[in-house]
Amino acid sequence: MPKIRPERLTMPVQDPKERRRNFREVALGFTPELAREEAERCIQCKNPFCEDGCPVHVPIREFIDLLQRDDPQGALAAILRTNALPAVCGRVCPQEDQCEKLCVLAKRYQPVAIGRLERYVADLARDAGRAVAPRRPRGPRVAVVGGGPAGLTAAGTLAGFGYRVTLFEALHTVGGVLMYGIPEFRLPKDIVRAEVEGIQALGVEIRTDAVVGQSPTVDELLEEGYEAVFLGTGAGLPRFLHIPGENLDGVYSANEFLTRVNLMGAWRFPEWDTPVRVGRRVAVIGAGNTAMDAVRTALRVGAEEAMIVYRRSPAEMTARHEEYEHAVEEGVQFRFLTNPQRILDDGEGRVRGLEVLTMELGEPDRSGRCRPVPVAGSEHVLAVDTVILALGTSPNPVVSRSLEGLEVAEWGGIRTDEHGATSRLRVYAGGDAVTGAATVILAMGAGKRAAQAIHRDLAQRGEAVGG
Amino acid sequence: MFKILHKRLLTGVTKLFVVEAPLVARRAQPGQFLIVRVREPGERIPLTIADYDRSAGTVTIVVQEVGKTTRLLGALEEGEAILDVVGPLGRPAELPETGRVVLVGGGFGVAPLLPKARALKERGVHVTSVIGARNADLVILEEELGARSDRMLVATDDGSRGRKGLVTDVLRDLLDAGEVVDEVIAIGPMIMMQAVAEATRPAGIRTLVSVNPIMVDGTGMCGACRVTVGGQTRFACVDGPIFDGHAVDFAEAIRRGRMYRAEEQEALRVWEAAGCPR
Ligand SMILES: Cc1cc2nc3c(=O)[nH]c(=O)nc-3n(C[C@H](O)[C@H](O)[C@H](O)COP(=O)(O)OP(=O)(O)OC[C@H]3O[C@@H](n4cnc5c(N)ncnc54)[C@H](O)[C@@H]3O)c2cc1C
Ligand SMILES: Cc1cc2nc3c(=O)[nH]c(=O)nc-3n(C[C@H](O)[C@H](O)[C@H](O)COP(=O)(O)OP(=O)(O)OC[C@H]3O[C@@H](n4cnc5c(N)ncnc54)[C@H](O)[C@@H]3O)c2cc1C
Ligand code: SF4
Ligand code: FES
Repeated sequence: MPKIRPERLTMPVQDPKERRRNFREVALGFTPELAREEAERCIQCKNPFCEDGCPVHVPIREFIDLLQRDDPQGALAAILRTNALPAVCGRVCPQEDQCEKLCVLAKRYQPVAIGRLERYVADLARDAGRAVAPRRPRGPRVAVVGGGPAGLTAAGTLAGFGYRVTLFEALHTVGGVLMYGIPEFRLPKDIVRAEVEGIQALGVEIRTDAVVGQSPTVDELLEEGYEAVFLGTGAGLPRFLHIPGENLDGVYSANEFLTRVNLMGAWRFPEWDTPVRVGRRVAVIGAGNTAMDAVRTALRVGAEEAMIVYRRSPAEMTARHEEYEHAVEEGVQFRFLTNPQRILDDGEGRVRGLEVLTMELGEPDRSGRCRPVPVAGSEHVLAVDTVILALGTSPNPVVSRSLEGLEVAEWGGIRTDEHGATSRLRVYAGGDAVTGAATVILAMGAGKRAAQAIHRDLAQRGEAVGG
Repeated sequence: MFKILHKRLLTGVTKLFVVEAPLVARRAQPGQFLIVRVREPGERIPLTIADYDRSAGTVTIVVQEVGKTTRLLGALEEGEAILDVVGPLGRPAELPETGRVVLVGGGFGVAPLLPKARALKERGVHVTSVIGARNADLVILEEELGARSDRMLVATDDGSRGRKGLVTDVLRDLLDAGEVVDEVIAIGPMIMMQAVAEATRPAGIRTLVSVNPIMVDGTGMCGACRVTVGGQTRFACVDGPIFDGHAVDFAEAIRRGRMYRAEEQEALRVWEAAGCPR
C-alpha cells in the first residue's frame, strides 16, 4: 500500500478580514491539482463505509476512482445517479457527521475530504456547461408542492420516471431555504439556479406564486387530474421567545432577516427595493446553522460588532463546526451560558439592550446532558441595538389546515409512513414538513423515497408510467 | 406575468387595476389580500383584494401611491403586466348573517369594502357605509359602494363633500342618535381604525379591523407582520389580516409600521434623483 498523506488538503478560503465585509463565497474550492492530490488519498476500499454514511448513497468510491483517472465528467455522472444537487450538497452537507465520519482513514488520519471533492466535480462540470437536451415526459401528472430540496428532488426523480410533474412554489423563486435562508457567501444563488435549471431540463414545469392550500388546494389538484401530490412545504414558521420587548423595532426572526438579505437582496438597497436595518451592535440568540448564518450576515451588512448569545455551553451547539470556526475567524463574539430575559426599550420603541442572566451547568439530567441553571443575581445588560432570534422553526400550517383528513403531529409535522405516504390517499410528504428542521440531504432523501413510493403505488393501481 | 386588463384613475394618486390572475380569482373571498412584486428586483407589497370575478379570472386592486413601489405600480398601464401576483392570502372575513352593519373606509380602505358590502347585501344584512377623505376630489368609489349599501355617508376634512369632519364623527353621530348597530367593519390607515375601535368600545359593538403591517413573504415564514392581539403575538398574514379591533395593540402596530421610514425616504430620493426609472 502506498504511503497515505495523513492530513487532508485544505481548501483555499477568502481572508477573514476581507470576507467579513463582502458577500462573495468564503470557501474558494479545490484547484485541479489539489483535487487530484486529495482524490489520491482514497484507498478504494472493498467495502466503502463512507457510502453507508450518506443518506442518499452517493457512489463515493466510484466517483473518487473516476477522479483518480482524471475523468471528472464520469465522476459527475456517477454522483448524479443518486444526488441531483451535488454543487449544493458539496457545500452545505454536514459531511463530518456522515460520509467522512465513517471513512476508514478517519480511524488513524484525517478522512478523505469527500464533500470538497463532490463540490469540485459539480463546479467543474457546471462551468463546462451541462449539455442536456430538454425532455418532455408524457406520463400521468403528479403535483409537487414546495420548491426546497425535498420538492426539487421528488420532482426530478418523478420526471426521470417519465411523469409530467408540476411544481408549485409559494414564493416568487424556487429553492426554499437554499434561496431564502442560506446566505450567498456560503451557497451562491447562481449555483442553486443552475441546479434548478438541471431539474427543469428533465421536464419539470415550475409554477411560482402559488400558495397551495390557499389556491389551489390539494383537493383541487387531485380533482384536476394530478394522480398524486407530494408535500415538501418545509418548516418555515419561526419561533419567538415570548419575552418582553420582542416586538420592538430592531428585533427580527432570523427568517425575516435572512429573507430580506438573501431572497430580497436587501444588501444591495437602495438599488434593490427591499431594505434591512442592522444597528452597530447585533445579538443573535441561538447557536445552530441559522444563527451562524444570521450573525455572519449581520457583519456583512454593516454591523460593527456581532455576537452569539446562547444559554447552553459550546458542547451543545448544533451549528456545523466549520461554520463556527469561520464565524470566530470573522470576529464574531460568543456568549455561552447566557440566557436572554428581556429586550429593553430606548423609550421610542427601539432596542436599547438585551438583559441576560448567566447560567452554569447543573447536574446531568436523565439524558446525560447537563442542564443550564441560572446563577442568582447575575442579571446584566448587553448593549445592543439589534436582536435576531434564531430559535428554530416549525412546519407551516397553511397546507395541513386546508386538507381534511391529513394527520398532523401536535407540533405541526405531517405524519407519514416510512415511504412518505400520509393518511390521505395519493398524498405524500417529506423533508422538514415531516421531520421538523433537519438537513438538505435528509430532505432530498425523503423526496426521493416518496417519488419511488408514488411510482410503486401508481403502478399497483395500473396508473404508473407505461402502466 | 400578470396582465393589466383595465386601469382607472380614482384620484391623482389612487389607481384601480383589473388584473388577470385566475388562481387568485378562483378562491378569493372578501377580506383576503394578495402580494405583488412590480419588477425585478422589487419589493413584495401586500394589497387587499378589492373585488374579483371568478368566471373572468380577474381581481381588482386599488393602490394608493405612498412610496417607491406603489408609484412604480401606479405607473403601469393597460396591457402591461405585473411581475408577480400571489394569493389569495390570509383568512376570509367572517361576515354576519343578519342584522345591521356599518362599514367604515378611509383612503385605499374604501375599495376592500366593496366585496364585503356585496356579500352582506346578498345575505340581506342592512349595510351603512361611511367613507372619508381630505376633500371632495379624494373621495373614491362613492357610487360603486353606494350601489351596494342601504345608506351611504361621506365625511371630508374640509366639508367639501358630505359632513365636515372625520369618519369617526359620522359614526359617533349615528351612535349618539341611538341607531342600532350590531357590527362595525373598518378598513383604512391604522390611525383611523384605532379611532373607530375607540368609538365603538364604550357600547361594546363588535368591531372588525383589517390591519396592514409591513410584510415580506405573506405566508407565515418571517414574522415581520406580527401584531399583538389580546396580549398574544399573531401573524397578520396567516392569522389575519382581520382581527377584533378592541383587542389590537394599535400603538405598537402604528410604531412598527414606521420602522423603515428613513429607508423608505432614501429609496424614494435615490429613485427620483435617477429620474424615476421603471
Ligand atoms: C439559515 C439556514 C441554514 C441552514 N444551513 C444548513 C446547512 O448548512 N446544511 C444543511 O444540510 N441544512 C441546513 N439547513 C437546513 C436545510 O436548509 C433544510 O433542512 C432543508 O432546506 C429542508 O428542505 P425542504 O425541501 O423540506 O424545505 P424548504 O427548504 O423549507 O422548502 C420548502 C419550500 O416550500 C415552499 N412552501 C411552503 N408552503 C407552501 C405552500 N403552501 N405552497 C407552495 N409552496 C410552499 C416554501 O416557500 C419553500 O420554498 C439550514 C436551514 C436554515 C434556515
Ligand atoms: C394586508 C394589507 C393590505 C393592504 N392593502 C392595500 C391596498 O389595498 N391598497 C393600498 O394602496 N395599500 C394597501 N396596503 C398598504 C401597502 O402595502 C403599502 O402602502 C405599500 O407597501 C407601500 O410601499 P411603498 O414602497 O410604495 O411605500 P414605502 O416607501 O415602503 O412606504 C411609504 C409609506 O407607506 C407606509 N407603509 C409602508 N409599508 C406599509 C404597509 N405594509 N402598510 C401600510 N403602510 C405602509 C410607510 O409607513 C410610509 O409612510 C396594505 C397593506 C397590508 C399589510
Ligand atoms: S471510506 Fe474513505 S478511503 Fe474508503 S472508499 Fe470511502 S472515501 Fe475512500
Ligand atoms: S409577512 Fe412574513 S410572516 Fe407574515
